[in-house]
Amino acid sequence: MADRRATPELVGQRVAAAIPTPRPAARRLPPAALLLVGAVALLVLAGRRLGYGLAEYAQLLVDGLATGSVYALVALGFVVVYRVSGVINFAQGAFVMLGPMLCISLLGPLPDTAAGLLLAALVATAACAASGALLHRLALHPLRDAAPLARIIVTVGAYVSIQGIALKVWGPRPYVLPAFTTLSMADRLVDVGGVVVQAQSLWVWGTALVTFAALGAFFEGTVAGKAMRACAVNRTAARLVGIQVDRMGTLAFALAATLGAVGGIVLAPSTRPTFDMGLELGLKGFVASIAGGLVSFPGAVAGGIALGVLESLWAGVVLAGFKDLFAFAMLVILLLTFPRSRAASEESA
Amino acid sequence: MDALLEVREVTKAFDGLVALSGVSLRVRPGQIKALIGPNGAGKTTLFHIIAASLAPTSGDVVFAGRSLVGLPAHRVARLGIARTFQNVQVFPGMTVLEHVLVGLHQQAPASLLSAALRTPALRRAERRLREEAWALVRRLDLEAWAEVPAEVVPFGLLRRVELARALATRPRLLLLDEPGSGLNPAEKQALASELRRARDEGVTVFLVEHDMSMVMELADEVEVLDQGQLIAEGPPAEVQRDPRVVAAYLGEEDGA
Amino acid sequence: MTARLRSPWTAVPCAVAVVAVLDLVEPFGVRLGHLTGGLLTADLAVRAGLFTIVLVGLNLLMGYAGQASLGQAAFYGMGAFASAILTVRAHVLGIPPEVVSAWWWPWVVMAAAACAVAGFAWVVGWVILRLRGHYLAMATLGLGIMVYIVLRENLGMPHLNLTGGFDGIVGVPRLRLGSAALWPVGVYLLVVWAAALACVALGENVVHSPAGRALRAIHGSEAAAESVGVDVGALKARIFALSAGLASVAGSLYAHFQAAVVPDTFGFVPSLELVVMSAVGGMRTVWGAPLGATVVLLLEQLLRTHLLGLVPAVSGELEPVVFGVLLILLMRFRPSGLVQAAPAP
Repeated sequence: MADRRATPELVGQRVAAAIPTPRPAARRLPPAALLLVGAVALLVLAGRRLGYGLAEYAQLLVDGLATGSVYALVALGFVVVYRVSGVINFAQGAFVMLGPMLCISLLGPLPDTAAGLLLAALVATAACAASGALLHRLALHPLRDAAPLARIIVTVGAYVSIQGIALKVWGPRPYVLPAFTTLSMADRLVDVGGVVVQAQSLWVWGTALVTFAALGAFFEGTVAGKAMRACAVNRTAARLVGIQVDRMGTLAFALAATLGAVGGIVLAPSTRPTFDMGLELGLKGFVASIAGGLVSFPGAVAGGIALGVLESLWAGVVLAGFKDLFAFAMLVILLLTFPRSRAASEESA
Repeated sequence: MDALLEVREVTKAFDGLVALSGVSLRVRPGQIKALIGPNGAGKTTLFHIIAASLAPTSGDVVFAGRSLVGLPAHRVARLGIARTFQNVQVFPGMTVLEHVLVGLHQQAPASLLSAALRTPALRRAERRLREEAWALVRRLDLEAWAEVPAEVVPFGLLRRVELARALATRPRLLLLDEPGSGLNPAEKQALASELRRARDEGVTVFLVEHDMSMVMELADEVEVLDQGQLIAEGPPAEVQRDPRVVAAYLGEEDGA
Repeated sequence: MTARLRSPWTAVPCAVAVVAVLDLVEPFGVRLGHLTGGLLTADLAVRAGLFTIVLVGLNLLMGYAGQASLGQAAFYGMGAFASAILTVRAHVLGIPPEVVSAWWWPWVVMAAAACAVAGFAWVVGWVILRLRGHYLAMATLGLGIMVYIVLRENLGMPHLNLTGGFDGIVGVPRLRLGSAALWPVGVYLLVVWAAALACVALGENVVHSPAGRALRAIHGSEAAAESVGVDVGALKARIFALSAGLASVAGSLYAHFQAAVVPDTFGFVPSLELVVMSAVGGMRTVWGAPLGATVVLLLEQLLRTHLLGLVPAVSGELEPVVFGVLLILLMRFRPSGLVQAAPAP
């Protein structure tokens, strides 16, 4: 008996079964959002017991916003790569380290002026973009049909290699990148109603905002951006309409490396970069992207900022050494509440 | 007559899309029952709900007087429901014999400690399991392939491997999701006689099938599902004449 | 299952493993270490044996059950720190010195730590092993880093200074059996390799048992495994616990060997190193464990003692770069072990 009625629902089901369409993040968020609310409540309660007032919280919030913006930039890199090529790119952290390190090395021969710093930062970022592209071409492109775990392991391997090379080149000691304006050294502070803001934080926010806007414009307004979005929705269909999916993958890696490098460079004046800073920042960017649903750009930004702020609040009320624990605990908890990550008991259902 | 399996008012919606609405049916012990219907009618969804790999949005599934809703899938299997899959699910890297041995898992000592120490009791149990597995392999004519990894076995035989694995659990109810799809007529004949033999040995069979001639020949009773609802049930010959069934199937001919 | 052993690639590690095993005879006068120009030392062989124990568990978990773990070094570290704390800093916990100095005490600690770590992994496993594919890899990675941080931060109790923070613990005593010290290093080598080979044997037994078949079935298709009554969740948690327990034993043996433990030995990179070893040796064979451990350690040693001398300008250690590149090349040209370890979601 023939059995081939093509009702619209049926076609819809078939298409849905064939394409792993990223679901809107909003529908996925409630567990994560609830979790964040709970975490904030706990932190506020803990702070109460330590006698924190509004000013202290405002201070922690301001500090958290700066690191959060950097997490957001790194997280965006994860999202770009994941959406376009389906890879979770662990090497992302390497570019967060390479950006400032290259920048510092380039500053050496350059004149010690704002223009020199800008030039160094631009060249460093471009170099990171190029290495991102290279990573895709050399390591990931050949494995495009391999299982996800193999591709992740490749990115982890790339991360470790890059960090190892960085250790060779720069050694284990921390470096100093001067703050962006001579007017405001990193330790120059701006007092806003009792809350102290580092001048560099203003640079971080400004750069982050400009980058978010530029990214939005890129995806909305350029052919390459639109092609990348098409790849994210459906790779096969994108290929059918003539988009060179592999090149988009390379572009996505370059873009992600750029975002990571920018994040690393703006953060550097307030952290003293080291060869191994990428691991922590990369992982935290990943946590932020998971918090945002892994496929949503606004979600990644929100996730990054939320993680930065919460972590700052957490660090304010617990032992300083346990600051990093928060992000990784969040990672595990978020993964568990993240529906896509569960083993589907039946794929064909 | 008491039903072995009873589906009561089962509704399933995926993100608001209703796949099954208020489906009720009974499978009596010792019968071969077929579930037919156009693609996308919800047949596989219903099977997943019976095997507890999907939870119904509402409704209940009762097997031998016991509700299956909320049980984990392996518990349902242990209660005596075995199944095969629409897209054949084999274990790559494992031989056909090993597939059957996995099917015998419930009779095997599962303790990791006794496994690590390879206790005499474990060795005795393993010998017994192997004998039983060989018997099943022989019964299903798979001897020539017994020591061959599943990924090398031809597709038509993989359906038989799945059947052997399911029978190894000594089920009371066998759920088969399109067991004949991808088989040639001779293989379908062999499958049909195998299912009749299982039925004669007391296994109740409930299957989704597209091949109407196979359903006509094999099934004692047929249920017809269309767009998530049961539209007819009864002996195959009767159902085939039912105007609603004809409409459901012919409608598609016109529309295609 | 035996395909990897037959592959020509494994001929190399096989040969090397044979040489490493022959080095066992060292205390009786044959100094293979000297013959290989300082490449093969007793120290290296001991560490290969310790990693073999960890890898047997990891191979069962990743290669057979198909559950990735990027945080296995955490369990290794928990065992090592449990042994170090309870032998060196036991007085802080109020354990009487006559008990601590008894020869059997470290053995009791080792066994208790293994049970505790396995129990911990079992509980954690119930929760996180519901994750699939790369999400599980991420979660185990996060877990591993959390354990590392807790070790580094003195378990959150700086006043007790149990783990010694960044600097770790020194002065862990050698193991004794009655009044006989299991030392010098040649003797310890025999002890460790006896344990390692016992673990390989146990692992082989598990693989060829009904439970082992169920593990491989889970790897192939969880839905089909469940459909024949395999309690997938319970079995995954149990194999996770077993692998953690083995790692803990290896960690304890490491603490008594090195006589000092520092948290950095058990962080993210060591976890990765374990995965590399597992992949190099062949994840889907228990015998891949000794092969992988030996080959990777030899490579490391070769780089350190031979190649680094050729590049005078470099400071620090080259291993991470080599690991990274090795991983990439392995996935590129020889992905079968790992690729099959994670069915595509």
